[in-house]
Amino acid sequence: MSPQPRLLHVLNILSALLLAAGTLMVFWYAPVERVMGAVQKLFYFHVATAWVGMIGFIIAAVVAILYLVTKDLKWDAINVAAVEISLVFFFIAIVLGSIWARPAWGTWWTWEPRLTTAAILEMIYLAYLLLRQGIEDPERRARFGAVYTIFGGLSVPLTFVSIRLFRTIHPVIIGAGGSEKMNMTGDMVVTMLFNIAVFSVIFITLFWHRIRLGQFAEQVERRKLQLTH
Amino acid sequence: MSPSIEVTRLVKRFGLKNVLRGLDFQVQSGEFVALLGPNGAGKTTFLRILASLSRPTLGQVRVAGHRLPEQSAAVRRRLGVVSHLPLLYGDLTAEENLQFYGRMYGVPNLNVRIQEVLDMVGLSTRRRDLVRTFSRGMQQRLAIGRAVLHDPDVMLFDEPYTGLDQDASEMLDSVLKNVAAAGRTVVMTSHDLARAEDLATRFDVLSRGVIAASVTRTDLQNSNLLTFYKQALAG
Amino acid sequence: MSTSYLRAILAVTWKDLTAELRSRELLSAMLVFSVLVLLIFYFALELDVQTRSEITAGALWVTFAFAGTLGLNRSMAIEKDRGCLDGLLLVPVDRSAIYFGKALSNLAFMLAVEAIVLPLYSIMYNVNLFYPGLLGVTLLGSVGYTAVGTLLSAMSVQTRTRDVLLPILLFPVIIPVFVAAVKASGGFLNGAEWSEIIPWVNILLVYDVIFIAVAFMVFDFVIEE
Repeated sequence: MSPQPRLLHVLNILSALLLAAGTLMVFWYAPVERVMGAVQKLFYFHVATAWVGMIGFIIAAVVAILYLVTKDLKWDAINVAAVEISLVFFFIAIVLGSIWARPAWGTWWTWEPRLTTAAILEMIYLAYLLLRQGIEDPERRARFGAVYTIFGGLSVPLTFVSIRLFRTIHPVIIGAGGSEKMNMTGDMVVTMLFNIAVFSVIFITLFWHRIRLGQFAEQVERRKLQLTH
Repeated sequence: MSPSIEVTRLVKRFGLKNVLRGLDFQVQSGEFVALLGPNGAGKTTFLRILASLSRPTLGQVRVAGHRLPEQSAAVRRRLGVVSHLPLLYGDLTAEENLQFYGRMYGVPNLNVRIQEVLDMVGLSTRRRDLVRTFSRGMQQRLAIGRAVLHDPDVMLFDEPYTGLDQDASEMLDSVLKNVAAAGRTVVMTSHDLARAEDLATRFDVLSRGVIAASVTRTDLQNSNLLTFYKQALAG
Repeated sequence: MSTSYLRAILAVTWKDLTAELRSRELLSAMLVFSVLVLLIFYFALELDVQTRSEITAGALWVTFAFAGTLGLNRSMAIEKDRGCLDGLLLVPVDRSAIYFGKALSNLAFMLAVEAIVLPLYSIMYNVNLFYPGLLGVTLLGSVGYTAVGTLLSAMSVQTRTRDVLLPILLFPVIIPVFVAAVKASGGFLNGAEWSEIIPWVNILLVYDVIFIAVAFMVFDFVIEE
């Protein structure tokens, strides 16, 4: 098994440092929001983790198509990695959103379009994992996984649009907003963007590790086969 | 005359497992080849590749003059397949099953052809009965009828005797002889040499993913195929 | 579209309908199940006249969605039972013809069940359901449901968990159909303005078109080896 490449070592350390810096920034640099108070600080992590979930979701859909076109199992390994990371980060985003929703709207859960869509996306990911679990042949597993990822990738935007047609109570952060728009000061925007950048680096690091893990698992399989023959 | 089936250095991998390892195989037009080998030797996998149901990992495969998997539609038009499952619908009658497959293949003068086929496999009197009510042997004969319906040049049989009693096996023998007598190229897998002995013109042994031995009918008696085959069976 | 392609689609549908008219296994299972669900709704939700008109659309679509998975599973299991799927794959037509043939017969089963459940619900709960718009929405929703359901059932039947898996795969990706169909049906039932209903109808149309097209493109990947 190959040792970690130097760049990955650098990324490991960089991720840890950036996470610490981002956290410090949230607590010491960003001002306390006037209406919501300290709990608003969760928002920076909520947005950043949701962002990572989103990247994973998009990468999964793209590599699913690449797999079906090329039939190269490398894309399947990347597909699983992207789905798993997206699953975890969307979960964190949902939990953070829920903790934030409690003081902000007086309820742990709101049927807000983005939150609900994220929850449905989690269900799609779980279905994806169950589907893969039921298939022995790696090529069929990869094909079915890719097809299902594409179905999920297409239905999720439509799910979002259809839930959005219900009234929304989520604050619109960026772009035109209604009366529920959250007023962000300059320091808040900087903190948010910085944390998005931090979590993007963390995403790259985790993604790399997960792909390597997939490669190691395959090597173990190969060795096992060699031993039994 | 070019061979009916031509396979060069065929490799089939399932995941990391090599089932076929550089297999070479040729069948001339009109030959009846019995493909022998122990269970798990890759016979079914090999036949599924010839039938265009499974893609080769590496190597060249030509069936009835067309390349697989690129020209699979052309191959399928000239290919008849009988597996150990009957590939028939239990809730349709014998006739309806043939009507269905006939329409899928676009067989001309379908009703006349169905009558011919039912006569050939000896099921004319049961044509309006549900396949669900058929014995295993009758289902297998109808399966052969289904496979010859579009008059294919090449036929593949995967363990057609599985689960048949003595009478049904003898009935199947005569149907298979009919199929072969029409000048078709036949490949039949079997783990039972005795069963194939009076049908095939050539005997190949598939072992550990390659053709390990090949003997023609005339050479069968003075060859050591039988001993070789037993060794292959022993693993 | 060539005639042989069309003929193959119709042959698959004809085969399914003929077998089903004889055995009536699938339809009777779907129907009995639907009636049971309607009865359970009565006790679970204590449907009084007031709430009834508001949740009718939801109750109907829950019934259709659950009964639908029974039909989809059975319809694909028939192809797997005696190795028939291999038989279909050996036919020299484009594989998508098999998909369209199966999807058409699944749609026919779904519509047959709906044709009985709708009047039955109407009688049981004393609600008038005969609005052309509602029937149109039911058709659009059923098309999307079977388009995706047929493809996913072809996948689930090839896994170890088989029929247990289908609803788990199907429900999260048909949520747009479900939401839009319930909302549009409810709109027709409560006499909403056309402008309120049209966005939902649009979602149904968009979903149907996208997913039929994608299923057509990926079906080969689901059944090849």
